[in-house]
Amino acid sequence: MHKLLIKGGRVIDPQAGKMFAADILIVEGEIAAVGPGLEPGEGAVMDVAGKLVAPGLIDMHVHFREPGFEAKETIASGSRAAARGGFTAVACMPNTDPVADNRAVISYIKARAKEAGLVKVYPIGALTRGSRGEELTEMADLKEAGAVALSDDGRSVASAAVMRRAMQYARMVGLPVISHCEEPTLSAGGVMHEGYISTVLGLPGIPAAAEEIMVARDIILSEYTGCPLHIAHVSTAGSVRLIREAKARGVPVTAEVTPHHFTLTDRAVADYDTSTKVNPPLRTEEDVAALKEALADGTIDVIATDHAPHTLEEKDVEYQQAPFGLVGLETALGLVWTELVIPGVLSPVEAIRKLTVNPARILGLQEGVLKVGGDADITIIDPELTEVVDPATFASKGRNTPFAGRRLQGLPVATIVKGQVVYNRNLAMIS
Amino acid sequence: MNWKRKDLLGLQNLSAEEIKLILDTAVPMKEILGRAIKKVPALRGRTVVTLFYEPSTRTRTSFELAAKYLSADSVNISTATSSVVKGETLKDTARTLAAMGADVVILRHPMAGAPNLLARTIRAAVINAGDGAHEHPTQALLDMFTVREKKGELAGLNVAIIGDVLHSRVARSNIWGFTKMGARVRICGPATMIPPEIEATGVQVCTRIEEALDGADVVMMLRIQLERQQQGLFPSIREYARLFGLNRERLALARPGALVMHPGPMNRGVEISPEVADGINSVINEQVTNGVAVRMALLYLLGGGGIPDA
Ligand SMILES: [Zn+2]
Ligand SMILES: [Zn+2]
Repeated sequence: MHKLLIKGGRVIDPQAGKMFAADILIVEGEIAAVGPGLEPGEGAVMDVAGKLVAPGLIDMHVHFREPGFEAKETIASGSRAAARGGFTAVACMPNTDPVADNRAVISYIKARAKEAGLVKVYPIGALTRGSRGEELTEMADLKEAGAVALSDDGRSVASAAVMRRAMQYARMVGLPVISHCEEPTLSAGGVMHEGYISTVLGLPGIPAAAEEIMVARDIILSEYTGCPLHIAHVSTAGSVRLIREAKARGVPVTAEVTPHHFTLTDRAVADYDTSTKVNPPLRTEEDVAALKEALADGTIDVIATDHAPHTLEEKDVEYQQAPFGLVGLETALGLVWTELVIPGVLSPVEAIRKLTVNPARILGLQEGVLKVGGDADITIIDPELTEVVDPATFASKGRNTPFAGRRLQGLPVATIVKGQVVYNRNLAMIS
Repeated sequence: MNWKRKDLLGLQNLSAEEIKLILDTAVPMKEILGRAIKKVPALRGRTVVTLFYEPSTRTRTSFELAAKYLSADSVNISTATSSVVKGETLKDTARTLAAMGADVVILRHPMAGAPNLLARTIRAAVINAGDGAHEHPTQALLDMFTVREKKGELAGLNVAIIGDVLHSRVARSNIWGFTKMGARVRICGPATMIPPEIEATGVQVCTRIEEALDGADVVMMLRIQLERQQQGLFPSIREYARLFGLNRERLALARPGALVMHPGPMNRGVEISPEVADGINSVINEQVTNGVAVRMALLYLLGGGGIPDA
């Protein structure tokens, strides 16, 4: 019988909103007991004194690029990056080639994830065929195959009529819709936030209004159809206001923010560093302040990375030529701790809630909590550990990060999925 | 002071002292241009490459002449009009240039920031000959040289820049250059062609051309790309000319003896009336001559040549 005792740490229970000293006993991949002074019997012991023991982190927004773009990332390399970043589960966006708009691709992703055998990979199905924004996908079939949500991420559904029907149908099927909010005629050609910096750099801008118009439209459609709507990667103060107001009115809307959007501003684009080219673009100081406020007051439910790996050659070009996206899995927790927890924007418990129970609730997953009888998905965090980000050490194939050289504090030191240690950074294991 | 930079990527990051050094160095260079035999050995044995991803005979020729007058060997690489050269990236091209032993590379590119990328990649000095809507520093330097020659001093002058500022690298470089030298800059154009938050660069934005011209010492007209009308940035050429074109009546609002400038090529009768373009206030032809002198100064400063024979 496989047993593992996680001993001497402080357990974070985001559901109860508590942090307390306790051991956790894992038997056959499930949590068998949580409490003080547990004994392992004949099993192994992981000494986590001084560390935090959290439910396994969930990243509800990653791009694993397989099938179709395996040079950027595979499900296996993405899984390794997730494990190294402290994530026990991820939800991957359907903008692969072919697009995950049918049962075969969803099944393929699940099979590849099982082969990789590291973290749980939940596929997100496309909202429309080919993510072209025209015809609905077979949503019921996608759900049966294992899709946990629907999205045309990478672009907005331009037609309000198509979006309305997609939401009506998704609601019937019982899947949430995740919206990438970008009014395409306003953002066309843009490569960074439209403002003073884009003016100075001479780069075509994407105005905040491009995002906010779609946030407003999709909130109105969510209210009209009753379909749960999750707004991906919120980046502007205006979007925050719209979401806050909609939540107050009882619209079934939730939202996520990425670590790069709450950490960086468009000033990072100076000198045309293509690792800062991301969609939606990095915004202004005021936007970053609004995002932090929204995290603190609960307007933003989730922290997700939008992990978007690209090859070195693709990014080593003129700014306008480079593809959008940066890798986020392996810097996420460090950024959450350094930028939010240490400065007091979020308590450790609140931060973990946005990385565990909240995404699980939105996607309808039985995860994100530490409960007896549940899967032993656990992330061990060392809140004191610091490290300078070195992309050369990434498990992801992507090296496209604007955080290289930045010192982060508060890092994952072990990742456990169904009782198996899939990442361990020098934690003593006593058998 | 001495020149310390490897590259000239724009005027935003230059100090007033550096700008003054370039303008001062251009004075003896212009003297060379006035000689019967326009040739000094300053850059003998150096290789200057003009790499143009966008056609501009005017700017390229100006640089090539400047290189010749300083006795440098010059090589011209023009790529197809397409902004993306299939198969070869700018970085690949940079490696080729390095292998060819280029000392100075002059880059014209349709994308903002391309010279920054090139400068990071190669050891040769890089001169930005215009990148997207970012900067066109040599044009602004020749504009400043021309104004200084005519007015003696740049500090305290009122400069009006009129037209499509949104897409204009010439405007951006001139804004940085003139404000650093103590001039006051006003910009004016259709609201759809005023870049967001441009006021933060220290300029005043005017919506009416009359307001921009009032008391101006220098009137800089920008070329309007006629295809911007198709992009919906202004309703018609006729209305553009009516609201933002420079004619004799409007020029009368400027100071007596105000200079009229244009980076060329002009749309006569659209942004500028023929009588003004060819009138006594116009220094448009002198801008072209001064362009060679300023580019000689830059090649000299960046090319690491000997003392100019002047
Ligand atoms: Zn997206
Ligand atoms: Zn995404």
